[in-house]
Amino acid sequence: MISSREKILKAIRGCELENKHLPSLNFGECKQEDLLAKFSQTLAAIGGRCRKVGGVEQIDAYIQEAGSKYPCIINAVSELRGFNIIDFVNADARTLASTAIFIVRGSVAIAENGAIWVTEKNIGNRSLPFLCQHLIIVVTEEDLVVDMHDAYEKNAIDIDGYGVFIAGPSKTADIEQSLVIGAHGPLSLEVFIIESSSNKP
Amino acid sequence: MEHKIKDHSNAAARFLKDEERATWHDETLWFVRSKRDKAAQQLPEWESLREMASGIKAHTLSHLDKYLLAFEAKAKANGVHVHWATDAEEHNRIVYSILAKHKAKNVVKSKSMLTEECGLNHHLESQGISVVDTDLGEYIVQLRKEQPSHIVLPAIHLKKEDVSNTFHECLQTEKNNFDPAYLTNSARIVLREKFLEADAAITGVNFAVAETGSIVICTNEGNADLGVHSAPLHIACMGIEKLIPKAKHLGIFLRLLARSATGQPITSYSSHFRRPRKGQEMHIVLVDNGRTQQLGRKDFKDSLKCIRCGACLNTCPVYRRSGGHSYHNSVAGPIGAILAPNLDMRKNADLPFASTLCGSCTNVCPVKINIHEQLWSWRQILMKEWYGSPAKKASMKAMAFVLSRPRMYKLSGKIGRKIMQWLPGLVNNRLNPWHKNREMPQAPRQSFNEWYEKNKR
Ligand code: SF4
Repeated sequence: MISSREKILKAIRGCELENKHLPSLNFGECKQEDLLAKFSQTLAAIGGRCRKVGGVEQIDAYIQEAGSKYPCIINAVSELRGFNIIDFVNADARTLASTAIFIVRGSVAIAENGAIWVTEKNIGNRSLPFLCQHLIIVVTEEDLVVDMHDAYEKNAIDIDGYGVFIAGPSKTADIEQSLVIGAHGPLSLEVFIIESSSNKP
Repeated sequence: MEHKIKDHSNAAARFLKDEERATWHDETLWFVRSKRDKAAQQLPEWESLREMASGIKAHTLSHLDKYLLAFEAKAKANGVHVHWATDAEEHNRIVYSILAKHKAKNVVKSKSMLTEECGLNHHLESQGISVVDTDLGEYIVQLRKEQPSHIVLPAIHLKKEDVSNTFHECLQTEKNNFDPAYLTNSARIVLREKFLEADAAITGVNFAVAETGSIVICTNEGNADLGVHSAPLHIACMGIEKLIPKAKHLGIFLRLLARSATGQPITSYSSHFRRPRKGQEMHIVLVDNGRTQQLGRKDFKDSLKCIRCGACLNTCPVYRRSGGHSYHNSVAGPIGAILAPNLDMRKNADLPFASTLCGSCTNVCPVKINIHEQLWSWRQILMKEWYGSPAKKASMKAMAFVLSRPRMYKLSGKIGRKIMQWLPGLVNNRLNPWHKNREMPQAPRQSFNEWYEKNKR
């Protein structure tokens, strides 16, 4: 009996399709703009918040303060104090569901749409960016790119098993088109950008 | 049995009975359309992005067999199980057998129009499996035992009072609390529990990359990720037309998708799944269900370029004033009216007629599908098969006759304008199906042709 796979392939080949060439990609001149300003502006418009910092110490201080309010913080950025993701790499979703804050390193931040590429390598546990109540992503100014094309040029999605562009906190407008920030995932997103000429995390 | 065949215009007439709601529906969707315009206008390269997206899809479709094989090989090398289903029934059977093997009883699903098209929920539920749709809009319509009325905004036909009543009944929320934030949070509490107890997660697919064997899923709520990362089993169901050649092409499609859909620069999450996580099993089901047949229809094969952004629905004057449920098909609106007759010509013969052929759909489509021309082509085929109702048949025939003769067209326009100026009642009557709940526009004194003749140098 001929398999469904063969059936489908045969049906496609039976269509006698005219060969269409893959168009060459041309994205025009790369705009030279103030990427940092553009990124924070875009991020604010999609419900996130951006803070420029001089170095990791400032982030440490912020987290320490947050720690008094939220006891359950999981930190996956090794340069920061309180780095503890190792304890949660194999934790199941139920254990992680009470995570108040998750801190993770982002590798590319896109000025045009406020999205940040976060990959499995940095996340440690795929559930965390979605189950936590508040998400903090740390990037450096050097990670900023103009747009999506730039982002795909600069990062190979075929290296990791999983990666995600995160653009703002989770949201929905499914009830009468009223925007509600905090759908099933995080209620907030805070992005720390470490300005260049300071320490990289 | 003629009377059993559903008819768009009858369903639309029912929708229009509640005039206030119909107007609200119309305005809400127009608001979404305006957001799309604003987002598009911010990118000077918008038109070239559309051009490239359309070209990439055309190329992929013209080599679909090769790209499917390349995708399958990569996905398998990534440790993903790949299945092929010729039709909805086989798709449902495959999904069920995977779930049965894992003894999965509780399934969370994230928005997938394909599983909607295949009637998967019904199939699984009849075998004792509980399926929860986790996109908020889909969850709302599921609780109400309805279908999504829009491919991106499934509950757009409902007011917050409706949602509040449904939640009060099903989730015991406060009676008469209409606050969207309160209602959303109530669903969040229930659904997060569902994610944690799920034995399996079923998702749709927005894009599948042949080069890497990975799939990309876009959501705002994070529901696809919450389900997939919690459950030990992930089944992704996709139409074979979702393929694109390379990862770098995603840059183009992701820039177009959310802007066209809701005016957002990008969805909150664009997740790239390449390998299952440690200890997880991942399956991809490649589904034909009429797609190869459509690919073989010269006039309609471009409809397979669709990335399901919903822009053609939001802009369509007929969709906005008739609601998604009048289309009696899983995909509503202009694109649904092209896809549906391919699956069942007789049952869906009315849908290509649910259009003014104004061309607005074609203008907004991010992959440049010639939507209104395809609707016109379906009409030709369906008229030939004598499926139209006598009234429509007569007027469509007249229209075809007039449109195929430019001089006649000019003349009839002239006559039409005079008639509308002198005797508006003649056009605004019940015999004209477009008059229902609609004031005919004021006829211009001069047609464009007349104006052009007078004003050209
Ligand atoms: S046909 Fe075009 S506009 Fe309509 S949903 Fe598909 S991609 Fe969007």
